[in-house]
Amino acid sequence: MNEILSVFVQEAREQLAVMEENLLRMERGEQDAEVLNAIFRAAHTIKGAAGVVEIHHIEKFTHILENLLDRLRNHEIVVNDKIITTLLQGCDHIGALLDLVEQGIAEENPELASAGQALVETLRAFGKDASDEKSTVPAESVATVERTGDYTTLSDCWHISIRFGRDVLKNGIDPYAFLRYLLQLGEIVHLTTLFDAMPPAHEMDPECCYLGFEITFRSNATKEQIENVFAFCRDECDLHVLPPHSKISDFIELIERLPEENMRLGEILVKSGAITHEELEEGLRRQQAVAKIAQATEQKVPPIGEILVEKKVVQPEIVEAAATKQKLVAEKKSAEARLIRVQADKLDHLIDLVGELVIASASANLLAQKCGQSRLTEATSVISRLVESIRDSALQLRMVQIGETFNRFNRVVRDVSKELGKNIELVISGADTELDKSVVEKIGDPLMHLVRNAIDHGIEPAAVRLARGKPERGRVELNAYHDSSSIVIEVVDDGGGLDVDKIQAKAIERGLIQAGQTLTEQEIINLIFEPGFSTADTVTNLSGRGVGMDVVRRNIQALRGSIEVKTQPGAGSRFIIRLPLTLAIIDGFLTAVGQASYVIPLDAVVECLELRADDTRGHVLNLRGEALPFIRLRELFAIEGAKPARENVVVVTSGGQKTGIVVDQLLGEFQTVIKPLGNLFKYLRGIGGATILGSGEVALILDVGALAQIASQREIRQQTGNAPNALASALGAHEPLARAASPC
Amino acid sequence: MNDKATHTATGALRLILDGAMTIYNAVETKARLLEALENATILELDLSQVEEIDTAGFQLLILTKRESMKENKILRLVGHSPAVREMIGFYNMDAYFGDPLVIPADH
Repeated sequence: MNEILSVFVQEAREQLAVMEENLLRMERGEQDAEVLNAIFRAAHTIKGAAGVVEIHHIEKFTHILENLLDRLRNHEIVVNDKIITTLLQGCDHIGALLDLVEQGIAEENPELASAGQALVETLRAFGKDASDEKSTVPAESVATVERTGDYTTLSDCWHISIRFGRDVLKNGIDPYAFLRYLLQLGEIVHLTTLFDAMPPAHEMDPECCYLGFEITFRSNATKEQIENVFAFCRDECDLHVLPPHSKISDFIELIERLPEENMRLGEILVKSGAITHEELEEGLRRQQAVAKIAQATEQKVPPIGEILVEKKVVQPEIVEAAATKQKLVAEKKSAEARLIRVQADKLDHLIDLVGELVIASASANLLAQKCGQSRLTEATSVISRLVESIRDSALQLRMVQIGETFNRFNRVVRDVSKELGKNIELVISGADTELDKSVVEKIGDPLMHLVRNAIDHGIEPAAVRLARGKPERGRVELNAYHDSSSIVIEVVDDGGGLDVDKIQAKAIERGLIQAGQTLTEQEIINLIFEPGFSTADTVTNLSGRGVGMDVVRRNIQALRGSIEVKTQPGAGSRFIIRLPLTLAIIDGFLTAVGQASYVIPLDAVVECLELRADDTRGHVLNLRGEALPFIRLRELFAIEGAKPARENVVVVTSGGQKTGIVVDQLLGEFQTVIKPLGNLFKYLRGIGGATILGSGEVALILDVGALAQIASQREIRQQTGNAPNALASALGAHEPLARAASPC
Repeated sequence: MNDKATHTATGALRLILDGAMTIYNAVETKARLLEALENATILELDLSQVEEIDTAGFQLLILTKRESMKENKILRLVGHSPAVREMIGFYNMDAYFGDPLVIPADH
């Protein structure tokens, strides 16, 4: 596929997303003109772009879609669920056509062609229905015409408002002559003479003109022509020519049709013919005059549009249209200027290089420190600071907001809940949370599964909900937020929650556990992540095929993430996914045990302190009166060598739980380029990856989450005196830390 | 323009305006009209001789009408010449003056 086609497909998809989003908004009852316009604009853009790249079947199809939208916009037909569903299907169809284009197939295949034809007929049928309806209820339409009859005649007319200057009579200008001349251009429907400017009799100068006129004028002339009637006395009178109301829409249309150039508001108005050059100049002069006063009094200078409306040169509606147009153009321009499309692999290559740069810079830094030349040290420290900024910016390039992924679920929730006959709303929060693009791409499938599960298994049928005293409308939430070094994504439903007994029964039936085996509630719930587990009573189209949560968990673990579930019977479930922010580089905290170096992700580090023997009891440390389970890396990794006289504790937090990691030495912050461990080390617990130090040595990166788990499990075993529960630890059960009383 | 103020049988002061009511004699016309109004409670302006009227003249008719109303006096315009009729009609001021435009005034 050539570049222009790939750009087309990408942009068309973006427009489709906009269309879909707004169609869903419309379905939710937001039926204002802006929503419809957004849909229309998106369809129009797709059509236009398809025409440019000469993919005529998309152009043709979109055109028919657009026709229907146009009729909706003109209120010829009223929007209903059926129309929205069809329009959504239309979006899907365009999406399918785009898939073909992406595969390099320029022509549509017969299957899609017939699907498209069927849709086209449905789309056209909506239009026909409307015209039929119109012809069958003539009475109503006649009544409408009668009612609006008066209004339309008046709205056909120009409104001329003129106040003659005091001296016109002396200058040999008779307003009567000018006003009569108007008859050459059209018909004076109504004229009102105003003389309230005339002073009391003794002050009144009979040679001065005090008259003003408000004229309703029907004419096909342009504003320019009408104004030219008064050309001779233009400077001496105050003239406003307001276009007919019926023309407002014409002007607005003209404004919308103007080429998308950066224009000033005044220019837009003049171009559309809503105001004349003279009026604009006068308005600008006035603005300057006001600006001078405003400068002195520190007031705001009113925008030209406001002045023009105030001076009754133009109707506010037209100015608004012009301003909207201006904004639209500006937004488009700035969006064009802001965005550059870059191939993802170019970016990946850049990140790789930055990673190498970070290592090289660390190495240079180390050497500089060793040779002890202060100026060299200074220079390298400046370099390493810059490298740090480069690293952050480079990583930022790959960060995308999760909102786009979340928004896709609006459609999913709509379709699935329709299919199941459930009324469900989707609430999204934290859509602007950013995470690495590669993570976003891979999180879509697991999320889809969780959301579908929530709708299918989680949310109860309406009758059950009402019986339980819950609102009929179910609620599914998608939340995202940052939490220390990770991003947390939650899928929450207010449904029935997980049924512990049912899970246990199922697990026994499937042979996952033995009957009579004692497990905590959380351990039972975690069984849903076991392969081949499904609790749905009936296998539906959507979920319950037995492939499920185990795949979700595997996918998330592949992203170095974790998933846990909290559930409350009758109140709903909360699936919590934790993912690392990025897969490439982290800020690390370098520590050493014996000869080996270990990196702890800095975001997880809370504090460091010296380990004092009298503060500890078993594997729990008294941290200012708080019981802190800790782990000795020396013991965990069976590192040889004697314990140093002083040990240090790095307090880390993971999933809201604090753990101490005991090391020999604290070496300070360190930029860490994560090098994945080979497949061989896949099952190694407590190690998340490796990195290369400036000296060329390899340091291991600790997996704080796993370490915390090990520490808390060991503590529970010690407390309860139970034998380690092999299954629970195999399942990665995550029992919250029972707070022990202070050991001191 | 000659001074042709007479009293009618009904006690109204009758002023006949003739020739032109234009910017060129506006100062005089104003003076005459106001003077006449001052001396009358009912002023009848005979416009049948007005061959030419312009906006300045028309404006003076408005002034007189306004002053008359202010002082609770009655101003009647009678015998509109075609020129006057045309102008008052164009300016859509018939209602303001409240006089029958086409029916000749009775003597």
